[in-house]
Amino acid sequence: MNGQATQTWRLPPFIANPWLRWGIYLGALLYLVLAIGSLHINWARVAEGMERGWRFVSAFARPNFAGRWGEISEGILESLTMTVTSTAIGVALAVPVGLGAARNLAPLPVYVVCRGIIALSRTFQEVIIAILFVKMFGFGPLAGMITLVVATIGFMAKLLAEDIESSDPSQLEAMRATGGSWWQLINYGVQPQVMPRFIGLSVYRLDINFRESAVIGIVGAGGIGATLNTAFDRYEFDTAAAILLVIIAIVMVAEYSSGHIRRRFQ
Amino acid sequence: MLALHALTKRYPTGDLAVHNVSLEVPKGQVMALIGPSGAGKSTLIRCVNRLVEPTSGSVMLDGHEITALGGAALRRARRRMGMIFQEFALVERLTVMENVLSGRLGYVGFWKTFLRRYPQRDIDQAFRFLERVGLTEFVDKRADALSGGQRQRVGIARALMQEPSILLVDEPTAALDPKTSRQIMRLICELCAERELAAIINIHDVGLAQMFAARIVGLCKGEIVFDGSPRNLTPEALTLIYGEEDWHATIKRDEDEPEPADAGAGAGGTGSDDRQLVA
Repeated sequence: MNGQATQTWRLPPFIANPWLRWGIYLGALLYLVLAIGSLHINWARVAEGMERGWRFVSAFARPNFAGRWGEISEGILESLTMTVTSTAIGVALAVPVGLGAARNLAPLPVYVVCRGIIALSRTFQEVIIAILFVKMFGFGPLAGMITLVVATIGFMAKLLAEDIESSDPSQLEAMRATGGSWWQLINYGVQPQVMPRFIGLSVYRLDINFRESAVIGIVGAGGIGATLNTAFDRYEFDTAAAILLVIIAIVMVAEYSSGHIRRRFQ
Repeated sequence: MLALHALTKRYPTGDLAVHNVSLEVPKGQVMALIGPSGAGKSTLIRCVNRLVEPTSGSVMLDGHEITALGGAALRRARRRMGMIFQEFALVERLTVMENVLSGRLGYVGFWKTFLRRYPQRDIDQAFRFLERVGLTEFVDKRADALSGGQRQRVGIARALMQEPSILLVDEPTAALDPKTSRQIMRLICELCAERELAAIINIHDVGLAQMFAARIVGLCKGEIVFDGSPRNLTPEALTLIYGEEDWHATIKRDEDEPEPADAGAGAGGTGSDDRQLVA
């Protein structure tokens, strides 16, 4: 129609070199095929296990709360104690670490040390830390509580530090311009900005710590996890089902109430 | 009185933001600092209270050297310099009263400020300033519930709470509409006159600067290229500060012909009336 040739346009590919591009795609596909091929699946074993699995699942239809109610309630109580104490202690200790790990507040040496603490406590999964503390302090809830304290410090301090670093610098600058001291800068320039999120995260961590307390009990760190482990060892699937249902109920209550609390602090 | 001598700031990146600036601002003088973006206006006023550390040169406030101070002595010196910010820099989640009282942080101990138990004298003073800036009924409102003009009034009250001998004002009207800008500038100038306060006002709006300031200093690439009364701010001076442009429409007309739109209404008298009102 018009004399000009139409100009074509294509989105430039992410990797410009076609040989490299197709090489990477084909290599990834080849690896996937080989990897799947290397899985040795014993179908007979799966069939056998299915039956056992089904017995476990069907135990949920008739959970046995009454049989070992004493142990269950004791385990739950122990888990709740671990959860509350570890969250309180962990959050309290996370505040100074978090302040020290915020680049806009702390001098470099303090920053490096606090980031180190965070990195260390976040490197290892709770279960691994729990195994270490069980070896150090023996079986029981003390080891579990200390594990959760360590994990809480890493989690809370990291998120607090990041929140402080992304807070509005002009408010801090204004407080500095009034001649306020460092603690006054924190109290007026930083705290109002990070507090809502910090409260929300603390409640969320409480929730996480309860779930973790069930897991680390399996490696001997006390709480409901220990009770659950014992039930499995005895093949008492009905009791195990009862324990899991109690855990699910508590997690759901915690989830709902933490969401509610977080909404209130904006 | 504020005296800067050979003040220089070079950022670690190598940018020379302020170069060899010497300046005296006597008691009670409102000085406007104009210049293009990146001329070093913000850096210059932040070097005065050392939110930015000057590379060399000296800052003297009422005969005291500021540049050598550290720690507690620097904080005591900062109390004497009230600062007002472009985006207000209020603590958004605190109430108006807490924001105003935060001007006393340098005077009141940590625990008293933490518990918000300020001396009665400070609270009385805060109420007086809130009344002066017209925000009496907003005392317990959160700062983020206020409009721009109201927030800047809180910022002004906070700066005055420091009992400063100079105000450092960084683009006070950049976030405000033209009418509110004029009101805020008028308020700042009135307060300076009432309290014999000196002020350095960074401002983009040449018209506002001419309307309100007693003295204008032009900064270009970190150096002072103009220093004089608003009347002497000729097109040549503006070219020196900002570069080549047709400045004739920007400059306030005293003897010049009024713009066609004004001509019908004021018969040439409007310009000088305006100036009277300011003075």
